Amino acid sequence: MRANRPILSILLWTLLSLVTLFPIYWLFVISVKPAVELFTTPSVLLETVYWKNYVKVLGDDTLRRYMFNSIIISTGNAVLVTVLAFMACYALSRFDLPGKENIFFWTITNRMAPAAVFLLPFFLLFTQVFVIGEWKLYDTRTGMILLYCTFNLPFAIWTLRPTIDAIPKELDEAATVDGATTWQVIREVIFPLARPGLAVTLILTWVFAWNEFLLAATLTSFNARTITTGLSEYVTTTGTEWGTMASIAIITLIPALLIFSVVQRHIVAGLTFGAVKE
Amino acid sequence: MRSNRVGWLLLAPTIAILGIFGIVPFLYVLYVALHQWNPFGANPYMVYNGANNFRRLVFDNEFLTSIAFTLKFAFFAVLSEVILGYFLAQLFMREFPGRGLFRTIHTLPLIVAPIVVGSVWRLMMTPSIGIIPYLLKSWFGYDLNIGRDATMAFALTVIMDIWHWTPLVTLTLLAALVSLPKEPFEQAQIDGANRWQIFWHVTLPMIRPAILATVFIRLMDALRTVDEVWMLTGGGPGAATRYLGLHIWKIVFPKTDYGYGSATSVIVLYLTLVMCWLLYVALVARRGQKRAS
Repeated sequence: MRANRPILSILLWTLLSLVTLFPIYWLFVISVKPAVELFTTPSVLLETVYWKNYVKVLGDDTLRRYMFNSIIISTGNAVLVTVLAFMACYALSRFDLPGKENIFFWTITNRMAPAAVFLLPFFLLFTQVFVIGEWKLYDTRTGMILLYCTFNLPFAIWTLRPTIDAIPKELDEAATVDGATTWQVIREVIFPLARPGLAVTLILTWVFAWNEFLLAATLTSFNARTITTGLSEYVTTTGTEWGTMASIAIITLIPALLIFSVVQRHIVAGLTFGAVKE
Repeated sequence: MRSNRVGWLLLAPTIAILGIFGIVPFLYVLYVALHQWNPFGANPYMVYNGANNFRRLVFDNEFLTSIAFTLKFAFFAVLSEVILGYFLAQLFMREFPGRGLFRTIHTLPLIVAPIVVGSVWRLMMTPSIGIIPYLLKSWFGYDLNIGRDATMAFALTVIMDIWHWTPLVTLTLLAALVSLPKEPFEQAQIDGANRWQIFWHVTLPMIRPAILATVFIRLMDALRTVDEVWMLTGGGPGAATRYLGLHIWKIVFPKTDYGYGSATSVIVLYLTLVMCWLLYVALVARRGQKRAS
C-alpha cells in the first residue's frame, strides 16, 4: 500500500496539472497566433508559431516601465502589509487589549467594499486631499503601495492570526521570564515558528497587488501605471488586440513565477523542520 | 503582565492606514448615498433626498435578483474551493518525487490577473471560435453556448472561479497544516484511530481557525467579483451572471447614477458585513469562550 502511493500521487497530480495548465497553455496559443487566425476553426495543437507579438511587446519602453512599476508596487506593498499584519496579529494574539476582537473584525470589513463606488472618494483623496504644493499622491508608486493596504492588510491579518494564535503562549512566556524583551520574543520565538504563514501571506498579498486592476486604472496615468493596467489598454470596446494582450500576460508570469519559487521555499522549510516542539 | 501600551503601538499603523483609506471613503459614500446625484445628468448637482435611494432599492427587481444570483454563485464557488483546496493541501503534505514542480504548477492560476483569466476563458468558450465548444461538439455532440444558455453561463463562472482561486485555499491550508504539532497525530495513531477519526477529532479542530479565515476571505471576494465575470459573460445572458459587483458597476459607469450606486453599495456592504458577522459569532466567538473558560 505505502509503496505505490508516490505513483498514485504523481498520476493524480499530472491529471490535475493538465486541467490547471490548459487555460494558461491556451493563453500562450493566443499569444503566438496572428490576429486573423484566432477566428478560424480552433485546434488544440499549434501548427505555426508567430513571434511578432513578443517582438513588439519586448521592444516597447512604456511596457518595460509599467513592468518595473508593478514590481516595485507589489513588492513594496507585500512587504509593508506582511510586516504590519505580523505586528498587528502579535498584538491581537498576545495582549489583552479592550475591544480587540471588534478591531479584528473591523479590519476585514475594509475588504468587503464593492470597488466601483469607492473609486470616486479614492480619486478625491488622491487629487485633492493629499497634495503638498505641486506634489500629489495621484499617479505615484507610494500612493498605490498605501492604497493597496485597504484590501491586502485585512487579508494578511486574517490569514496570519490563526498561525500566531497556534504558537503556544508558554513559549514566549518562558522567554520573557528569561529576560527577553518584546522585540527579542518576536524575533527569536514567534518569527521562526510563523515562517510558513508569513511566506504564504507575502506570496498572496504580492499576487493580489500584482493583479489589481480597477484602482490602478483610476489612480495612475503614466508614471505609476502597472502592467495589468497597461495590458488592459489592449482590451477595448472597438476590438481587442488579443495577441498583444496575451503575450504581455505571458511575460508578466515570469517575475511572478520567480517570486513564487523563492518564497515558496519557506513554506517547505516548515515541512522539513517539522512542527512546533512543545 | 506586559503593558498594553506596546500592544497598541504594534496595532497603531494598521489602524491609521485602514482609518484613512477605509473609513474616510466610506463616510463619503454614505454621504453621497443620501443624495440624488448624476454628474452627467440633466441636473449635475447633488440634491439631498434623504432615504429615497434606499426606498427605491427595496422594490428594485434587478437588484434583488442580483443578490440571489450572487449568493448562489458564492455558495457553490466557495464550498467547492474549500473542499478541493483542503484535499489538495493534504496531498501536498505527502512526500513524492516532483512535489515542488507540481506545487508550482498548481499555484500558476493565481498569478494570472483576473482580467486576463476572464479574457482567456472567454476566448476558450465563445461558440464557433472557442476550443471547448468545438471539442464538446465534435466529441460528444453537445452544444455549449454561453451566450444563450443561462445555466451553463452560471456554471462556467463558478468553474472559472474554482480554477482561479482553489490554489489560494490550498496554500493557506498547507501553511496551517505544516505548522501543526506532530504529537497529537502520533498519539492518535498509537491509540489506533482510523483516518476519518484523525481528520475529524485531531486535524479539523486544530485547523478550523485557518479554514474559517480562508472561507471569510473567499466569501467576500466572491461576493464582489467583477473583472473575471465581466470579461467572460458581461453579466449575461439576460441577468444570469450579473453579480452584485457588476450590477453596481453598471449603475455607476454607463448610467453615472452616483447617488443610487452609492446607496446600493452601502446596502451590499451592510449585507456582506451582517453575513460575515453572523458566521463569525456562530463559529469563532465560541472558540474564544472555550479558551477563556
